Amino acid sequence: MIDPVILIPSLINGLTTGALYALVALGLTLIYGVLHIINFAHGAMLMMALYGVFFLNRLFGIDPYVALLIVPPAMFAIGYALQRGIIGRASHGRDENILLVTLGLSIIIENMALYFFRSDTRTIETPYSFEVVEFAGAFVPVAKVVAFFGALVTAALLWAFMSKTDLGRAIRALAKERKGARLVGINVDHVFAMSFGIGVACLGVAACLLMPSYYVNPQVGYGFVLIAFTTVVLGGMGSFVGAMIGGLVIGVVEAMGGLFLGDSLGQFGIFAIFILILMFRPTGLLGHKV
Amino acid sequence: MINTKQLVALLVIFGLIATCPFWIVSPSTLNTVIAILYIALLGQAWNILGGYGGQFSFGHAAFFGTGAYTVAVLQIQFGINPWLGMVAGGLLAMGVALFVGFASFRYGLRGSYFALVTLAFAEVLRILSNSVGFTGGGVGILIPLERDIANMQFADNRGYFWLIWTLCLACFLTVWWLGRSRFGAWLMAVRDNEDAARALGVDVFKTKMGAVALSGFFSGLAGVFYAQFYLYLDPLIAYGSAISIESLLVPIIGGMGTLFGPLIGAAVIHTLSEVTRHNIGDVPGVALAIYGVLLIVIVMFLPRGLISIFSVAKRAFSKRRPANA
Amino acid sequence: MLEVNGISKSFGGLKAVDNVSMKIAEGSLVSLIGPNGAGKTTFFALVTGFHKPDSGTVTLAGSDILGVKPSDIARAGMVRTFQIVQPFAGQTVRENIAVGAHLRHTSRRDALDRAREVAEKVGLGDRLDQDAADLTVAGRKRLEVARALATDPKLVLFDEVLAGLNPSEIRDVIPVIRAVRDSGVTILLIEHVMQAVMSLSEYTFVLNQGRLIAEGEPRAVAANQTVVEAYLGPGMAARLKRQAAEVPA
Repeated sequence: MIDPVILIPSLINGLTTGALYALVALGLTLIYGVLHIINFAHGAMLMMALYGVFFLNRLFGIDPYVALLIVPPAMFAIGYALQRGIIGRASHGRDENILLVTLGLSIIIENMALYFFRSDTRTIETPYSFEVVEFAGAFVPVAKVVAFFGALVTAALLWAFMSKTDLGRAIRALAKERKGARLVGINVDHVFAMSFGIGVACLGVAACLLMPSYYVNPQVGYGFVLIAFTTVVLGGMGSFVGAMIGGLVIGVVEAMGGLFLGDSLGQFGIFAIFILILMFRPTGLLGHKV
Repeated sequence: MINTKQLVALLVIFGLIATCPFWIVSPSTLNTVIAILYIALLGQAWNILGGYGGQFSFGHAAFFGTGAYTVAVLQIQFGINPWLGMVAGGLLAMGVALFVGFASFRYGLRGSYFALVTLAFAEVLRILSNSVGFTGGGVGILIPLERDIANMQFADNRGYFWLIWTLCLACFLTVWWLGRSRFGAWLMAVRDNEDAARALGVDVFKTKMGAVALSGFFSGLAGVFYAQFYLYLDPLIAYGSAISIESLLVPIIGGMGTLFGPLIGAAVIHTLSEVTRHNIGDVPGVALAIYGVLLIVIVMFLPRGLISIFSVAKRAFSKRRPANA
Repeated sequence: MLEVNGISKSFGGLKAVDNVSMKIAEGSLVSLIGPNGAGKTTFFALVTGFHKPDSGTVTLAGSDILGVKPSDIARAGMVRTFQIVQPFAGQTVRENIAVGAHLRHTSRRDALDRAREVAEKVGLGDRLDQDAADLTVAGRKRLEVARALATDPKLVLFDEVLAGLNPSEIRDVIPVIRAVRDSGVTILLIEHVMQAVMSLSEYTFVLNQGRLIAEGEPRAVAANQTVVEAYLGPGMAARLKRQAAEVPA
């Protein structure tokens, strides 16, 4: 039996990391879970947003939380343009093509970052960088607490957006019946690009909330790709609440894996979950919800 | 005869390539040919499953890395000769491929799900090879230098040339056979329409398993070659995403589901990276970013790959479509 | 040849096929008709192993084939075609048909030769090297028939091979189907084109809302009140009957 003195902090650590995973996965839930656009560049775009937050801070002294006003809208514009200009055009109606094109995008983004920023790992310093709160015997950085609640708020906002707004309803209609949506006068390309933009804007939010407690380098996004897909699938493909819970589960699995099997095997559990869930329960833990 | 013209073309091309060691003097130029053949093998292996079978793997590193680690670990831990290790490497890679295939196809995973699951398997193997002792963990594994044919280490790179030339030819002949065999016909039928294939008596599951086994085997052999050529491996080299991406890039750029597509793709990709290196210097990122652009451009404008430029021209001359080309 | 006993299948509470039984004798040409959504295609899918029935038995030439994979059922001699044609796009007509021929021929050359023979039989002889995706609707229907025949079946299930064809094309395809039967193959066809049902089949089953509501000789079945009602709805059927009564013969 493991001492609760070790177990509980580890659990809390897992939950806060899990919230970050959920945050990153929320945008993908909209893009992949609802619209089935397989955005393999999700991680690379997160990396891009993290660099955005980093340079806003380094060059203009803008606090990452203030950058919430700048980075998400910018990411939205990038996402909209990419979907409208490249991804949508290249798909020719095939899943695999979207996968390949977004893979191409991720290769380009990652390597351009490598070219311009080199492979150095960078962090930012904020007045609250080293502040912690004590909770059940664990010391949790303030930034992670903020990220945790930020994830909850983002999930709630996305849920409200999808169920209460016209655009949200249009997106859901599109997800169900593409032809029908076109027939009732929905501008399909526009709505697709809007959802893609919103999904990518969520990455902007994630980047702002992540950066104070995290780091950025050109490869940082790659590690998030499979985790984000795992979260979306685990959460039931398109459910924001599911993605939230999925993220937390994954964070805890990773932390427990690290605790019991050693740090290097921590992520083993994540991918094992991913493989098993796709094999046996592809509708996710919570079943299919839109 | 069926596809005889293709066989002749294949043998002529490999015959011409075989003359390289006799007139290429500079070892670095011969290394270029070796690199292209190695990349072509990697791509052709993926092509069997992805191009002919329509199952897009994002995790061929799982097979490549298994082949590479097998030959290295067998030598170092058990003193087993690499020639024997090569067979073991290919077979073990095939075993991993069958396992991945079973886990995916048995549960009907297709399209993006299959891509993600293969990627996850490669990641699992990367994490495992990073953690267990006999692979040398994250530090990697170094095969001791002992230049000797018996050790599959060649003092003259012409030895490596003949090794990769043979492996590559074997793989290309296998793919040629796909174009003229029942198994190949079934495989392409499964790719183009699973339900219709099933209705016509094709056992979809077994066919896919056959394809993944062949694909994994040759990918494993590419891994064996890599290990013996560079004599160094680590988890990121063996099981990292770079190999998986290169594997799919080659046939997609050259022409998926075609015999010569991977050769064209390999030549183009390698030339491109050499040219950028020559012009821009060894700046990290640029060559790979160009791959990314190329991938997008091909998917958008030339979904049948560069080889389709030829077949358009060919179609102008003859009525017959090179469907198995 | 085929014996189906009380098979049923529900999808989420909806009974798509409800306790259907039928016997098809060797060498016969039998049709299955019914309004849209009656469960005809589902019935085909159940018999050929694409869906597993909730209950009931299916035997082909005396052996139980319930729960057998579609590919093994095809090997045992029963193949189906698809209502929505499913060509292997990007492959030529000959290559398409050869996929079926490979079921009985291992060698590529034998399969391609057999494909040519079959193509000629169904009138695709001059389109062998054309991309299947470039065929017209009529051509694709013929291709469906050809691929199924290339497997050398004992029993073929044709799912609306005449739907979407114009009258002259229908006139062309009907002899093809008849020739198939004359070559000793048992045929069960789903058809909407009544002209074909009447002229081709010797016996007809009528499916409505998943249930077999009538069977018999096509002409007798067509006159059957229940069948007419199933097709037209009770009101319309009654009105037609009244009209028929008002007009003196």
